[in-house]
Amino acid sequence: MLTETPSSGLADVTRDDAALRRFLHGLPGVDQVGAEARAQGLATRSIKTTAKAWAIDMSIAMVDLTTLEGSDTPGKVRSLCAKAMRPDAGAPPVAAVCVYPDLVATAVAELRGGAVQVASVATAFPSGRSSLATKLYDVRDAVAAGAGEVDMVIDRGAFLAGRYQQVFDEIVATKAECGGAHLKVILETGELATLDNVRRASWLALLAGGDFIKTSTGKVSPAATPPVALVMLEAVRDFAAVTGQRRGVKLAGGIRAAKEAVRYLVMVNEVAGEEWLTPALFRFGASSLLNDLLLQRHKLATGAYDGPDYVTVD
Amino acid sequence: MSKVFEYAPAPESREIARLRPSYQIFVNGEFRDGSAEPVKTINPADETPLAEVAEAGPADVDDAIRAARRAYDGPWSKLSGAERGKYLFRIARAVQERARELAVLESLDNGKPIRESRDVDIPLAAAHFFYYAGWADKLEHAGFGPAPRPLGVAGQIIPWNFPLLMAAWKIAPALACGNTVVLKPAETTPLTALVLAEIIAEADLPPGVVNVLAGGPSVGQGLVEHDGVDKIAFTGSTEVGKGIQRALAARDVKLTLELGGKAANIVFDDAPVDQAVEGIVNGIFFNQGQVCCAGSRLLVQESVADEVVDSLKRRLTTLRVGDPLDKNTDVGAINSAAQLARVRELTESGTEEGAVRWSPPCELPDRGYWFAPTVFTGVSQAHRIAREEIFGPVLSVLTFRTPDEAVLKANNTAYGLSAGVWTEKGSRILAMAARLRAGVVWANTFNKFDPAAPFGGYKESGFGREGGRHGLEAYLDV
Amino acid sequence: MSEQHPGDHATSSRLEVRKTYKLYIGGAFPRSESGRSYPVSSSRGKLLAHAAQASRKDVRDAVRAARSALPGWSGATAYNRGQVLYRVAELLEGRRAQFSDEVAAAEGLSAPKARAAVDAAIDRWVHYAGWTDKFAQVTGATDPVAGPYFTFSLPEPTGVVGVLAPQDSSLLGLVSVVAPVLATGNTAVVIASQDRPLPAVSLTEVLATSDVPGGVLNLLSGFTAELAPWLAAHRDVNALDLTGAAPAARADLRAAAAETVKRVYVPRATDWSAAPDLSRLRAFTEVKTVWHPIGV
Repeated sequence: MLTETPSSGLADVTRDDAALRRFLHGLPGVDQVGAEARAQGLATRSIKTTAKAWAIDMSIAMVDLTTLEGSDTPGKVRSLCAKAMRPDAGAPPVAAVCVYPDLVATAVAELRGGAVQVASVATAFPSGRSSLATKLYDVRDAVAAGAGEVDMVIDRGAFLAGRYQQVFDEIVATKAECGGAHLKVILETGELATLDNVRRASWLALLAGGDFIKTSTGKVSPAATPPVALVMLEAVRDFAAVTGQRRGVKLAGGIRAAKEAVRYLVMVNEVAGEEWLTPALFRFGASSLLNDLLLQRHKLATGAYDGPDYVTVD
Repeated sequence: MSKVFEYAPAPESREIARLRPSYQIFVNGEFRDGSAEPVKTINPADETPLAEVAEAGPADVDDAIRAARRAYDGPWSKLSGAERGKYLFRIARAVQERARELAVLESLDNGKPIRESRDVDIPLAAAHFFYYAGWADKLEHAGFGPAPRPLGVAGQIIPWNFPLLMAAWKIAPALACGNTVVLKPAETTPLTALVLAEIIAEADLPPGVVNVLAGGPSVGQGLVEHDGVDKIAFTGSTEVGKGIQRALAARDVKLTLELGGKAANIVFDDAPVDQAVEGIVNGIFFNQGQVCCAGSRLLVQESVADEVVDSLKRRLTTLRVGDPLDKNTDVGAINSAAQLARVRELTESGTEEGAVRWSPPCELPDRGYWFAPTVFTGVSQAHRIAREEIFGPVLSVLTFRTPDEAVLKANNTAYGLSAGVWTEKGSRILAMAARLRAGVVWANTFNKFDPAAPFGGYKESGFGREGGRHGLEAYLDV
Repeated sequence: MSEQHPGDHATSSRLEVRKTYKLYIGGAFPRSESGRSYPVSSSRGKLLAHAAQASRKDVRDAVRAARSALPGWSGATAYNRGQVLYRVAELLEGRRAQFSDEVAAAEGLSAPKARAAVDAAIDRWVHYAGWTDKFAQVTGATDPVAGPYFTFSLPEPTGVVGVLAPQDSSLLGLVSVVAPVLATGNTAVVIASQDRPLPAVSLTEVLATSDVPGGVLNLLSGFTAELAPWLAAHRDVNALDLTGAAPAARADLRAAAAETVKRVYVPRATDWSAAPDLSRLRAFTEVKTVWHPIGV
């Protein structure tokens, strides 16, 4: 099970493919029904008034405001950056903007001097189906353009075929390309299909040096779901218990409502622990979520239900 | 409790319970005062009085049984099963309509968290009525012969741990099979049963078909001793159950008993740990451990004992103990001072006998009956806390080495109500399930209940089953 | 084989070898540890034999034997139990004449009536042999619970059953109470009819030569009123069949049974010639419900 290997910590488990497989397959299984029940139970927490206000503002501060469309233009990105820095009167800035590599420079220029980070997807996002050389070049590009955070995708084909060492090596190589930028590893949990795989992929990414594990590209459904988030939060919790290192979790894809975001914060609080309740260790990758958070923020302040005319479209 | 993310109080509104200053007993279709002195029922969370409740005396017991007999001989036996079923469907629907009111009332009277009464107790109670409603006109297909007959008048005595749910478990199958009923709710938790009586009256059930007598042990005794009953159904402690079985020895009154337990929750080295921890927590802290089928013994494989216990302790630090009406409360109050005293006494014995006691830090309110979730490690089979039913939020942790040893220890008790098994290995799940001498085996889950699933014990946990097709047998002359 | 009686100065030329009627415990035929025996007479008062008069220690030993035999018997497949029980019927068939004589003498029946009772007993045994691998299908179920769980309920044997055999019907009644106990996987300690124990003892000879493992059925002859209370109070007996108890004795036996919450079966009608319903099969089984989540 989950005990540290006797002498040299976790280095031993990554020494070869066989060792890696034994470790990953030796992790405790996840009972799907039980995990779903726990996630559902956590969702019954009632977060009102001051707690809700705190959670909404924290959620805003945890948003990676994202645009990843083929039709993105510098104009779109500039608009997004303005919103990111000042979502609304009195609201905190978001954690980061997230764009394709060729729009990183635009974002950096727009955000320069502010607290909002620039995150770039890379490694042939979203499919990851390119040669390693191409994928690393993609990273180099993004970092050179000024990205402070890189969101890579793992090779799901390799993972599902059991080539864990290959997946591991690619993450390690990508991390090396990042230089000072922090690396988020997108597992694409919808394609991994089982919670057991989510646990294994999470550990694989953490062992390989990922600073964050991230659920999804947002291009595949299902994306972030409560049971998946539960398993990933358990992984970073257990990883920290073994290594003393706290790594982060980013949930991306399909989170549109403030209510969901608050529920995820409850989950972070009760599963990983309050140390993870910071943008340094927890993010929401989202676009429309921000506006719903702002609408809820308005309601808390005014007491009345709000309407879309009172938040900006971008 | 978290300093970073403080959940603000989220109280459910007490007004929803529509609490009245007084409640009356229900005999022959009418609410009336009892012939004994009324008592005050109190809120165990803060010891404040909730309402005055009429108490039945011997005259009321006699009236109720006679009313049930008249109803049985008269209108009730003339109804077809289909008609009986429709009454039960009405009751089920009405319980659903008044679900929120009943949930708040239950939490006030019992002390259990509103989340449990709202999400478990009340929905299951409605489901029980709904399930048995459908059997009423299908008894010839139930496997008891072409025309199984009811027994007659059933005296039913229920405990305080799931007041409305236990009332549903008793009344629904009895009526479905064509019996009439005199129900005695527990002394400390009469309110939801008396509101159920209102629902039953509104459903226009013929007078006397269901009678509800609030009162203490003497009322229960009166029911058992009355020669007008054809059947007694009892849920409660093993000690009282044996007393009832003895008391009925000279008579041909059919009896079913659902008594205590000391269930083993068995965790193997390949268990899905996080879900097993949830199962352990649910097993012993759901309803403050005041559950006959509570997983009060954790039998953990020695090779993973430290890890599982560490995970468990970490998990327990997120349990919220407090106001039952707060929607975020996980663990509520103990039902009475008497029960709290029992829990304390047994817990003290754990320390005296050498086990190691641990509780997560939690602030208990000064008023009310409260006990912090407690885990004992270093427990051995001979300790009192491993043998006696505590009926509180106290877990005893023991270890085992092999599947055989787990079975041996799990079965090494006079009880036999339930057991839990946690392992990823399918063949082991089935082998353990076959060998555990318990009426309910939960594998990779715990504390799951459903009206379609029979529930009941082996050995001194009682006999007879409630739920499912098997639950009909208790109320038929077969 | 005609029976001869001690005071009978018949003209038959050969002295019969008289049978010693012993107890049957753990597959062996011991005398009572108390050394006692008692005379058994025919319905007309003629002495038939002396049977062992069992004591409370014999009850104790029998219960121990029944408990030891339980894991093997209840753990055998239903098919195996059915085959074993059927073989008993085969052997009974072979001894039809012997049993007819014994039943006729015990109950005072005419030869044709005794034969009919024996035939019915054999057929009854066959009937129960055929139930072993079907009862679970008739009473078991998968329970359609409102959640992602596979939940099933099955009957399991209660354990060790103490049976007071009918006082009057020395073979057909005996078989009718014993066969359902065994068919459902239980083991039994049977107290034979006090006045008519001899066919029961002969039945144990059949069992001893069959494939029924020792201890699955144990038979004690003796005084019901003396033995039943020990059985009823024994804490390692799971259930009681009070068919052969005197009505006046039932109350005390049931009170004793309450000490360990024994399941107590008291029958109503005892028309042994009628086709049995399922009540005796149900009486000594426990329903176990198992839940498991359904997920990937």
